Amino acid sequence: MTRTAPSRARVLVAALVLALLLAGCSSGGAREDGRITLRFQSLAWQQESVEATKDLVEEWNASHPEVRVEYVQGSWDSVHDQLLTSFEGGEAPDIVHDAADDLADFAYGGHLADLTELLPERLTSDIPPLAWESVTFGDGVYGVPFLQEPRVLIADAARLKESGVRVPTPARPWSWAEFREVTKELSGDGRYGVAWPLKEPVSATLNLSLSAGGRLFHRGADGKATVRFEEGDEVVPRTIHEQVNTDRSASPTTLGSGGSDTLPGLFAGKYAMVPLGFSYRQQIVQQAPEGFEWQVLPAPAGAAGLAQGVSPQTLSVAEDCPHKKEAVAFLDFLLQPRNMVRLALGDWMLPTGRRALADPALRTPEHGWATGTALAAHLRPAPARSVRGYPEWKDKVATPALQEYYSGAIGLGELRERLEKDGNLVLARYQR
Amino acid sequence: MRTRPAARAGQYAALLAYLVFLAFPLVWLASTAFKPPTELAGLHPTWIPQDPTLANFRQAFDEQPLLRAALNSLLTASAAAVVAVAVATPMAYVMARHRGALVRAVTGWVVVSQAFPFVLLIIPLFLVLRNLRLIDSLPGLVLVHVVWALPFALWMLTGYVRAVPAELEEAAAVDGAGRLRTLVSVTAPLLAPGIAATALFAFVTAWNEFFFALVLLKTPEQQTLPVLLTRFIGAEGVADLGPLAAAAFLATLPSLLVFALIQRRITGSLLAGAVKG
Repeated sequence: MTRTAPSRARVLVAALVLALLLAGCSSGGAREDGRITLRFQSLAWQQESVEATKDLVEEWNASHPEVRVEYVQGSWDSVHDQLLTSFEGGEAPDIVHDAADDLADFAYGGHLADLTELLPERLTSDIPPLAWESVTFGDGVYGVPFLQEPRVLIADAARLKESGVRVPTPARPWSWAEFREVTKELSGDGRYGVAWPLKEPVSATLNLSLSAGGRLFHRGADGKATVRFEEGDEVVPRTIHEQVNTDRSASPTTLGSGGSDTLPGLFAGKYAMVPLGFSYRQQIVQQAPEGFEWQVLPAPAGAAGLAQGVSPQTLSVAEDCPHKKEAVAFLDFLLQPRNMVRLALGDWMLPTGRRALADPALRTPEHGWATGTALAAHLRPAPARSVRGYPEWKDKVATPALQEYYSGAIGLGELRERLEKDGNLVLARYQR
Repeated sequence: MRTRPAARAGQYAALLAYLVFLAFPLVWLASTAFKPPTELAGLHPTWIPQDPTLANFRQAFDEQPLLRAALNSLLTASAAAVVAVAVATPMAYVMARHRGALVRAVTGWVVVSQAFPFVLLIIPLFLVLRNLRLIDSLPGLVLVHVVWALPFALWMLTGYVRAVPAELEEAAAVDGAGRLRTLVSVTAPLLAPGIAATALFAFVTAWNEFFFALVLLKTPEQQTLPVLLTRFIGAEGVADLGPLAAAAFLATLPSLLVFALIQRRITGSLLAGAVKG
């Protein structure tokens, strides 16, 4: 019997197995030549912010040969599940980029290091106490808040000018009542004064309600949180409800949309204003048709002025990290005022640091930067940040209740009853 | 039996509607991939890009190592398909040709195992792979994909084996063929379309799989295409739509290509020429 040459299929399979084995041989080591290596998982995603972050890592590595930082690209999508699995498996990155409203479970679960004793005074004094509040759980500080974005009104400047309405400024914002009147004035002929993109109605409603003194979550002497829907909590939802269902000054079709979905309507003149996060300006610059004039306006103010809730982006250190001091030293470098400015510009957001906020690059009126920085002092930690059971309350109670209320299916009384009665039943399970 | 013209027209109409339904996402994806940002933000979307551009593709390649990720996906998906089929075929043969309590129990387990959600498995799986030192490695991901595809592959192949009449194997035995010869010369050729279909299923499943790859692979050089695609999505679901569409469009092509290569084998009549006239 003569031996035949190996068939193509066999060669292909052998090559495949070999390639896999070779691919599997490369894995990141924790140390190289006795040097410390820290893995930094960044969630920067826009080209400018990725470049800025990578540049800063390179600068650090060039000036700190004994502590090498390895840049690992993460993504906002599914970051919670990915981090949870990594923490549980003891394979988490040393330095974790996330958002303040996602930290509670990791902090209470013992996965993040308490930075209270590790943070340099320069950093703690540069970032305002309210921002630190958003990363404080119990007695510990579990991250450094470094970027934040207020919700602003992106307006069709030509429409505003043409209508003759008073244009608000951070010094003289619209009240919620005035905002409602303006949107009425800007509506008609199939056009709307405003389009509310409320795919995520809960965070938008809760965060904007701070301006009217709404808190919704109240802590008793025993430290337990309960839901109470009071007068201050009614202002924002009622305004939106009336705009959609009574005044017809807000588009009913965008209530289930994300922010990006409303931009075509804004560019086409269908909506005069869209309430969006500050970073959406990047998309507007990129997508707006030539000649489209737009401007950034502060969100309406209420009894508590321009206050609104935000959930800053954060940098934390994993509890399992064996080199916490070095990790914090890297954070201190990354968040030097000039570096914070670079990161903020790259992400089209506001830095939390006072000195970075004072940088002229962020004070320019171009693209509404100056309006945004003027709002920075009014930003507060998102009200629901530290409430145990908030995610379930949000998904099972608040989201459907607010969606039904905004669409006109239920009234304010029923909204209150569901948020309080059903909501407190959910929260009680987490606070026994 | 002759089909009436009206019935035939109805069949074609239904088929056309089904094709449109299936093709729409791909056509729309391709259209989006070639549109400039200003056109993407138009109030009235157009089927055909008015001002087609390759800028989205350029940006996608500039921002992310797409080729590297595509190679990783290709390696893991191909290896998963080969290994899953190699393991499942003999098992399927046994399950199809032998009856008994054990086979029934295994079949039951295969069906039940399909009901486990990813999230339930991921942490124990992560710990097992960590102990095997297979976290953050493509062989580790291949192992997971094989384990994930195996029950369904087994189920599919069992059906294909049952479709091969046992009488053919008996006839071969009567003609003097041994067990192995019968399997190689009689059963295997008739199973080829089924094996191809199963391999395709395993390949596409592994090619598209996102969650395990996201959790198990940390080093940027190891990451697969679905994981890389999420990099075009920012906080609160804001997406860089043009480059995302361009990258996603490129990511669908290999699957289509593999299907185009294999589909002839799948659609080939299963038992053509098996029984002499």
